[in-house]
Amino acid sequence: MIATVMRIALLSLRRDRVAQALSFVLPIVFFSIFAAIFGGRGGQPTPRVDVAVVDEDRSELSGRLVAALAKEPTLKVRTTRKDEASKTEILLDRETALALVRAGDVPVAVVLPKGLGETGMWFGGGERAKVTLLADPADPIAPQMVNGLLQKVAMTALPDVMMGSGIGAFERFGGPLTPQQRKAVDSWLPELKKRSSGSSADAPGGSEAPSAAGGLVATEVVDVMRDGSQSKGIIAFYAAGMGVMFLLFTCAGAGGALIEEQESGTLERLLSSRLGMSRLLAGKWLYLTALGSVQMTVMFTWGALVFGLPLASHLIGFALVTVVTAAAAASFGLVLAAACRTRAQLGGLSTIVILVMSAIGGSMFPRFLMPEAMQRLGLLTFNGWALDAYLKVFWREAPLLALWPQLAVLVAMTAGFLTITRLLARRWETV
Amino acid sequence: MSASGSTALAPATVAPVALDVTGAHKRFGDVTALDGASLEVRAGELLALLGPNGAGKTTLVRAVAGRVRLDGGSITLLGRPLDDDGRAGLGLVPQEVAVYPLLSARENLEVFGRLNGLVGRALRDAVAWALSWTALGGREREPVKRFSGGMRRRLNIACGVLHRPPVVLLDEPTVGVDPQSRERIYEMLAELKGNGAALLLTTHHLEEAEARCDRIVIIDRGRSVATGTLAELTERTFGEQHTVTATLDRPPDRPIPGFAVDEGSDTLRAMVSDVDGELPVLLRRLREAGCEVHDLQVRRPSLAGVFLALTGKELRE
Repeated sequence: MIATVMRIALLSLRRDRVAQALSFVLPIVFFSIFAAIFGGRGGQPTPRVDVAVVDEDRSELSGRLVAALAKEPTLKVRTTRKDEASKTEILLDRETALALVRAGDVPVAVVLPKGLGETGMWFGGGERAKVTLLADPADPIAPQMVNGLLQKVAMTALPDVMMGSGIGAFERFGGPLTPQQRKAVDSWLPELKKRSSGSSADAPGGSEAPSAAGGLVATEVVDVMRDGSQSKGIIAFYAAGMGVMFLLFTCAGAGGALIEEQESGTLERLLSSRLGMSRLLAGKWLYLTALGSVQMTVMFTWGALVFGLPLASHLIGFALVTVVTAAAAASFGLVLAAACRTRAQLGGLSTIVILVMSAIGGSMFPRFLMPEAMQRLGLLTFNGWALDAYLKVFWREAPLLALWPQLAVLVAMTAGFLTITRLLARRWETV
Repeated sequence: MSASGSTALAPATVAPVALDVTGAHKRFGDVTALDGASLEVRAGELLALLGPNGAGKTTLVRAVAGRVRLDGGSITLLGRPLDDDGRAGLGLVPQEVAVYPLLSARENLEVFGRLNGLVGRALRDAVAWALSWTALGGREREPVKRFSGGMRRRLNIACGVLHRPPVVLLDEPTVGVDPQSRERIYEMLAELKGNGAALLLTTHHLEEAEARCDRIVIIDRGRSVATGTLAELTERTFGEQHTVTATLDRPPDRPIPGFAVDEGSDTLRAMVSDVDGELPVLLRRLREAGCEVHDLQVRRPSLAGVFLALTGKELRE
């Protein structure tokens, strides 16, 4: 008897491809996505951190430091920007670097201040010129990584300067060197400099150099966002991430009303009236858009009331992104519904598609912390663009005009999804 | 074709043709669904569309409703070729209970009324009429999912005729309902008919078609194989023949000339053209076979017999 029950279940599973996909394929897809994010990254090279470097000092020392940072394989260093007027590359300054970080183009910028070469950076007390790291709190890892690499390259690329600074500190606190000692040091420093210029950061053992030498290079990390933006930004991220994911589930579920209408016969009745398929789909789409907008508004209002999300100060941007996002999600839900034959099929397919899109698109884990390839892959998803738009509003405090790429893509997706829906819906029409 | 008078409306003159389907052809791939089917329904007439499963009934109804595009043939409504605008004059009652279960009866009527072009006072009046007509007035604000099967069926019909179309297509409107509800539904249809609507009804209930419908169209393999009143169909199919059914005290030991019998059955059937002359002969043969007759019936063939003779198939639900 028990075996018979098991046989029924097994036979049903064998003939239910959606259930098979949910049971065996979806877990593997999810595992692979998160393994690629956190683990071996699917054999891809180590991700490189984009960093803008501003050399305000323009000394030999700062130049050597910039060159050493540029040789680091884990950094992608930018020192220039394209001038729109002259169409030439010009060196970055502090303001431009700040703008790059604020816009999310780079997660961190290194500013080598004026006087760095003169005052020296290492050892001892007194006034030391501090290297400034302009950091986006959205990426808590990048500034720490850059700081560590800065300490490392200082040790490996500037050993002569380092030793000179160390000896200076020794003399200041321990008394001057004897003439014999001075002579030995003076003869050794050029040799050190020579050796360092021959070494490269990616030489064997290069990455083994002390990277967390406890502030050999004096640095200060500056949060480029506004007051308390880090925690608010994270709240905004999760409000948007979860909101967009559940928006898709809501729209797919509600879009399934089309299938129910077919099964109950009301679709036959509707299409026999003066309504017509195009107007029926338009009605469903507008309703889903309104429903989705309300759902996101409820989510963000809760975030504002309970977690202090600055909704009121970003109301226009929020409204704009929400309506466009809801419209795109609504059309996506209709595509899924029109593509499926039964409600059960829709449930399975939408679960698979939405969870995978949400994982890749950054609803569960910020896309900017993913490997580059995964970040690019995320741009193929609806979630990726919607989340970027929300983050621009709440995190980067971007002006409304800056939202146009995300909004344009979402509008294009909406048009594409609606077109596909209309084509798929022809099967319900006159035959 | 002439329409027989209905019980509710007995026109002295022939009523105008409200719906006319001529030579309807439709193929789905290799399958021929309609192969020249024709029918006409007159104002104030209830026409039954009968046929075995797969005969093309649903395709024909869907073609009239605009849901199937014919490969050939024509459909006219009130004398004009049927187009999308003209379909406003049609009411469709699908076989499924095609109403929204979470909406109340009133809300369902309102939405389907609007979709059929009713607004404002016309809509309010139509909803009030429909609630009264279906006897759902007392429960108009309850979600339909709480209704009994019969109540849902009545609402299903009302949603299709709310805009008072001159032609109504009813696909199995009484399937799955108890006799009392079925009676109530036919009273509703009689009222529609009495108001001049032309009703085309598909059904599997032969006795209902016999008792309730003015005329009958039998369709098989996509063609109309017979059309007329029950008397006309019987006359055309069997002429003056009557069915003689004899129930015996036991199954006969041997075949009895003139009678057909299923093996092991105690009931015999025979067809006679001359009742007065042939019935005594049959009874004598039974006596000679040593059989005692417990029950004897002499009847004109039923619609089931006509259907069987024309299509070679029994009509089952």
